[in-house]
Amino acid sequence: MHELALARSLIEMVDEYALKNGGRRVRRINCRLGELSAMTRALYFCFESTSKGSRCEGAELVIEEVPLSVFCHTCDAVKTPSGRFNFRCPDCGFPTPKVVTGREMQLTSIELETVNEDAARKHLSADYSAQQTPCQ
Amino acid sequence: MCSVCGCGQTNDGHHIHDHKHHDHAHDHSHHDHHYGADSAGLSVAGFSQEHLIEIEQDILSKNDDYAEANRRWLADHCQLALNLVSSPGAGKTTLLVETLNRLARARPLGVIEGDQATTNDADRIRETGVPAIQINTGRGCHLDAHMVGHAFSDLALQDGGIVFIENVGNLVCPAAFDLGEAFKVVILSVTEGDDKPLKYPDMFAAADVMILSKIDLLPHVDFDADKAVERALRINPDLQVIRISARDGTGIQVWCDWIEHQVKQTHDHRAAPISPDNLTQSGQL
Repeated sequence: MHELALARSLIEMVDEYALKNGGRRVRRINCRLGELSAMTRALYFCFESTSKGSRCEGAELVIEEVPLSVFCHTCDAVKTPSGRFNFRCPDCGFPTPKVVTGREMQLTSIELETVNEDAARKHLSADYSAQQTPCQ
Repeated sequence: MCSVCGCGQTNDGHHIHDHKHHDHAHDHSHHDHHYGADSAGLSVAGFSQEHLIEIEQDILSKNDDYAEANRRWLADHCQLALNLVSSPGAGKTTLLVETLNRLARARPLGVIEGDQATTNDADRIRETGVPAIQINTGRGCHLDAHMVGHAFSDLALQDGGIVFIENVGNLVCPAAFDLGEAFKVVILSVTEGDDKPLKYPDMFAAADVMILSKIDLLPHVDFDADKAVERALRINPDLQVIRISARDGTGIQVWCDWIEHQVKQTHDHRAAPISPDNLTQSGQL
C-alpha cells in the first residue's frame, strides 16, 4: 500500500512547486520510475484519487520506466540482468549487487496551465498543502 | 513486455497497440509518450517552455531528508539504529525481548515499536525494563523517517546505546522507506515458505542481514533452510545470514556479537573520521 504514500509525497511536492510558481494548476507531471521500484501501475492507479482537491487534480501523469542495469566488476562493464532480481552478470555469472539504473523514483518536471486556462476553471481549489495533516 | 498493461512492446520500447484505443479498467492513455529535443527534453504542442518546470527530485526525498536528519542525530549521539523488518508473526518481538535481556546490562537500549494498532509489543518490551515507544500507524503500512525521528526524541535515549526499530509486519512497503538506520535486518521464520526471498525480493535486496528465526521448529516443517539462504543470496549476494531460535537460544549469541561489533564500529567511526577502510570493515561479521 505504500503507493499511496508515494502518490501523496509526489502530489505534495508538485503542489509546492505549483504554489511557488504562481499557484497555477498542474497540467502534466513527468516522473521517472526504475524497474525495481515496481510502482508504475500502482502509482497510476491511485494518482487520481490522491490528487483530488490539489493543484494536480485532473493533471496527466507521465511515467518513464527506467530499465534495470547493473555493474559487473569482473567484466568491468554495465550489464542487463536476465531477470528483475537476478543480480548476476548474464555473461560471467558473478554476483552484481551494484545497481546502476532501476531504483529511480524521481519527479523530473511539471507543466503548469497557462493563466487563461487557469482562469477558465471555476473550481480553483484552496491551498492543498493547508489541508494536509503535518505529521503523516 | 510493458509492465503497465502487459502489452507487448517493440524493440524501441513503444507499445504495439495504441493506448488511446485500448480499453483498460484504468486509464493510462497518456502513457505512450515521446520526448522532443528541446532543452527540457520535452515538446508539447501549444505549450511554451515557460510553463515547464524542471525538478529532478526523488519522490521520497522528503522521507529521505528526514532519514538523513535521523542519521545525523544518531551519529551525534553515538547510537546504533537497527531497523527490524519481517512479515507479521516472524518473531520480531520475541527475538527483541531475548536480545534486550542479553544486551541491557552492557549499554543503554531503546525500542521503537511500529504496529497498526495496540501497544501490545511496546508493553512486552517495557517488561524487560527497556524504554519503548509505540507508534500506531493506523491504516499506514510502514514506519517513515518522520515518525521515527519524533520517537527518537521522545525516547530520551542515552548516548552510546542501541535503538531497535521494529517495523510494521510487512515484507513490502518498509523496504522503500529509509529511517536513517545503520542496518536493515530482515527476519524470515521457518514457519513461512522457503521461497519468501524470491516472492518478496525488494525487502531481501534492501536488507543487510537476514535472520532465519524459529529454527528449533525445522524438524516439524517442510522449510528447507539451505534453499531459503541460497535464494536470499541470489537476490542479495552481500546479505549476512544468522540462524536463530529465540526459544532455545540457538544463535542469539552470534546475533548479539554481531550487534556489539557494529556498536564498536559506530564508536570508532565517531572517534575517527570515516575512511573507506573502516567503511568496508563495518559490513564484516
